[in-house]
Amino acid sequence: MLEFVPRNNAIPDTSECIVLELIVISTINGVLFGMLLFLLSSGLTVIFSMMGVLNFAHASFYMLGAFFGFQLTRWIGFWPALVLAPLLVGAIGMAVERYGLRSIHKHGHVAELLLTFGLAFAIEEIVSMIWGKSPMDYRVPALLDFPAFTVFSTNYPAYKIFMLAVSGAIFVALLITLKRTRVGLIVQAALTHPNMVAHLGHNVGRVFMLVFGVGAALAGVAGVIAGPALVTQSDMATLLGPILFVVIVFGGLGSLSGAFIASLFIGLVQTFAVALNGSLAGAFGPLDPSFGPSIITDIWNVTISQIAPILPYVLLVLILIVRPMGLMGSRET
Amino acid sequence: MRKTLTMTVLALSVLGMTAMSAAAEDTLKIGYIDPLSGGGASVGEGGLKTFQYLADELNAKGGILGHKVEIVPLDNKTNPQESLIQAQKAIDSGVRYITQGNGSSVGAALEDFVTKHNTRNPGKELLYFNYAAVDPSMTNEKCSFWHFRWDANSDVKMEALTSYMKGVPSIKKVYLINQDYSFGQSVRTEARKMLAAKRPDVQIVGDELHPLLKITDFSPYIAKIKASGADSVVTGNWGQDIALLLKAAADAGLKVNWYTYYAGGAGGPTAIKQTNLNHQVFQITEGIPNSGYQPAVDFEKAFRAKANMSLWYPRAVNEMRMFKLAAEKAKSIDPVKVAAALEGMEFDVLDGGKGFMRKDDHQFFQPIYISSFGNLTDKETFDEENTGWGWHLVSKIDTPQTMVPTTCKMKRP
Repeated sequence: MLEFVPRNNAIPDTSECIVLELIVISTINGVLFGMLLFLLSSGLTVIFSMMGVLNFAHASFYMLGAFFGFQLTRWIGFWPALVLAPLLVGAIGMAVERYGLRSIHKHGHVAELLLTFGLAFAIEEIVSMIWGKSPMDYRVPALLDFPAFTVFSTNYPAYKIFMLAVSGAIFVALLITLKRTRVGLIVQAALTHPNMVAHLGHNVGRVFMLVFGVGAALAGVAGVIAGPALVTQSDMATLLGPILFVVIVFGGLGSLSGAFIASLFIGLVQTFAVALNGSLAGAFGPLDPSFGPSIITDIWNVTISQIAPILPYVLLVLILIVRPMGLMGSRET
Repeated sequence: MRKTLTMTVLALSVLGMTAMSAAAEDTLKIGYIDPLSGGGASVGEGGLKTFQYLADELNAKGGILGHKVEIVPLDNKTNPQESLIQAQKAIDSGVRYITQGNGSSVGAALEDFVTKHNTRNPGKELLYFNYAAVDPSMTNEKCSFWHFRWDANSDVKMEALTSYMKGVPSIKKVYLINQDYSFGQSVRTEARKMLAAKRPDVQIVGDELHPLLKITDFSPYIAKIKASGADSVVTGNWGQDIALLLKAAADAGLKVNWYTYYAGGAGGPTAIKQTNLNHQVFQITEGIPNSGYQPAVDFEKAFRAKANMSLWYPRAVNEMRMFKLAAEKAKSIDPVKVAAALEGMEFDVLDGGKGFMRKDDHQFFQPIYISSFGNLTDKETFDEENTGWGWHLVSKIDTPQTMVPTTCKMKRP
């Protein structure tokens, strides 16, 4: 019989300095992770807000980006790969829109959703057929392989700062393009008034194709950049896919700023939750031993850090109950 | 002349065909039930290649009692429920032996299934050869006559690991981080118990459980380890959970020693090399490539040349070779007779030294090695995953020192 050990994880002799250290470091980690989430979800948000298509294959485009990035890095180096791989993924995205989504558009959103759903499986199988199922040896470029700064003797790699910068730049660029330029105006108009836009002499079909391409390319950028920082292997899409939906639903479907805030929030919540050791047992004292090892003692003794990974999904449920359109969303989901 | 030649060719091909069909009828099928898709696929594929290589090796020498050995791959997606479906599928296609390793949750389910099946279907018994599911309960309170384990169980590994740590005075503060399921929980429980007994001066400064194969970024956990002031980390993590953990540690510049069960699995060595933790990551196994023991070195060389991977599972070699010996001893491939022959069997293991299959609980005991990963000396010829780094022998624990008691009350048919 497995011996029952109370899950008392309390760290002894925790001085105030260490608490401060943990707060500062968790904040930085949370922001870094949040920005990565935004990098991943930006393309998904763009496609949804501009086309109304919930792209289930988004995480697969991200995976394609990582594998193309890995392969091109082998052949021509990281920096050219950072440009070429997203272009390739974008081209695939455009092809999917042109020859897949466009032809089934008339059957409504369910058909589109099912198409992207199937596509996600197809891409995963193709990737594991070509590259196998083991993780790739995809390394951070030598130019960025040094600690950028040190806080409380914890290093922050330059590469993570680079990720942060790219993510921030993409946010600003997208916001300006969509809100302040003619291109953004036409794209937004094409969603609500496609016939009017067409009558004004714009090719609506091409606008949609480009939007989908850009969304896929953004996923590609995320893949190339996140590949070396996380693992590049054929199940990476399934691993990150669900949390992207949490981000965009939480932020409000189709809202770029909402996705940005939601990414940071979820990043911080998850990071801080891991750092906390509190449990019901810690707050109210251990349960009476007569309960024995049962489901009640399990719940009683579980620490916040243990449930950290499911917190985003709890948040998803909560926000749907309290505010169904999400933080910054303008319509019901 | 031409006529005789034609006749000979004809006769030979007829002979060959009959030989082939006879072989097909007498094939000894082993169902390999492990993940071939999903998060565990990279390890599962490695295991499959290993067993196929071993089957080829046996077949080149006439198979087992003249039966050709065939490995039947069955994908269980690291899921206990799916494993039982696959096991039933195997039984329906005439399989009498199954082998499995990844995930003690799967292992426990299979052990239970096999036991029930054998009680209900006398004469159609199934044997379960376990090469890697190390949850101690499988050879203790849940033990079964129909289950044999070649990997040292988690308690044995922890016993050996803590015996080694006992002799390293620089260890003062230990942090435990493990996967939140039966195996990870048994690692942390035993680590606490054994460290308290062997090194009462050592402080456990953290004890973490995280979800199995779900974390993509371990930075928050690393921050916590750092804040705890630990100088050593003990972990039973496997697959991407160990690779990503080490990667996050390197990024943050965490300078601790790692005492691990599975740092050598797919992606692990690559991650350690990226982290630049030279000889700071320790692993506990039943064999290492650079042991210098000639038969093992020769095997490793031949295996790498053909399978294009390093030998993760020396225990699989022991398993298949002992299977052959047991069948020969029993003069039968009937599972009941083979099981009886395996009980208490002594065997010279691949990496040298004596091992034996304990009759009381069907746990195999063998010499255990602790090795560290890093720069190689001139004599150490094998690196891992093309990193240029490899495993260096640190300590060898002989069979008698690996013995742990069992609570198993074996029910024999």
